[in-house]
Amino acid sequence: MMKLLRRIFPHPHLTFLLTFVWVLLANNGSLNSLVFGLILGIIIPFITQPYWPDRPKLRNWRMVAEYILVVLWDIVVANVTVARIILFKRDADRQPNWICVPLELRTPEAITVLAGTITMTPGTVSCDLSAQGHNLLVHCLDAPDPEAVRDQIKQRYERRLKEIFE
Amino acid sequence: MTFLVELLIAVFLIMSGIFGFVGSFGMIKLKDPMSRLHAPTKATTLGVGGVLLASIAHSVLLEGKLSMHELLITLFLFLTAPITALFIAKWHIHRHEKPEGLPDAGEDELWATHAVEQVEDVPDHSAN
Repeated sequence: MMKLLRRIFPHPHLTFLLTFVWVLLANNGSLNSLVFGLILGIIIPFITQPYWPDRPKLRNWRMVAEYILVVLWDIVVANVTVARIILFKRDADRQPNWICVPLELRTPEAITVLAGTITMTPGTVSCDLSAQGHNLLVHCLDAPDPEAVRDQIKQRYERRLKEIFE
Repeated sequence: MTFLVELLIAVFLIMSGIFGFVGSFGMIKLKDPMSRLHAPTKATTLGVGGVLLASIAHSVLLEGKLSMHELLITLFLFLTAPITALFIAKWHIHRHEKPEGLPDAGEDELWATHAVEQVEDVPDHSAN
């Protein structure tokens, strides 16, 4: 029974996501769009199955919710911080800086999420990965203290992602 | 009541206008290309977000129907903004940064963009 279910729903998260996106796209909340979204959600993962060789397992759903909230809050703060730097700080006083963040994460999906998060949050853009994927190169808009920024990224995001993915 | 709702929507719209403006202004004010990248990736997130919140508030509170289209725009924005930023950053590293100018890449010795340059011979287009 479980085996049959796995054959029909090779990627349950993707099924859910596709249905959800379809219902939002249709934007009327009718049963019609829900059913059609579900059909798409079943067919597409089934056909694209060979492209998802190893799917990451999400271990901790409570942490996922916490992570999303933390990131959303940080994005709001980031916008205000960056706006203040742009408007009120003289360009000569600003200290742009490269920093190197050593990664403990090994799952490609987790690193992708971390890099995306870094780009969306306070004054940092992730720029490159080291040749074997062990370090992340981050550019800071204004970082008088690069170590503090690095520790904050590791503390705030990487620790949570590690609990979610690994 | 309607007045309060309209006030709320107006506040969201003004907020988004301010952040959109700051994002564009940053492009002019900041001097080096890498710093310029920061302004559009962040300040505009709240700029677009404000319009979307205003749109949701308008359809829910004034028209009385639930419209969640806008959440999708946010979702797609969060997916595309980091990728665009990464592409521009990689281009910058590729063209204007030497391995010596960047921090140490630890045990891997090189950053991925530079490592590729060594493996394959990247044609030089900068002359023309």
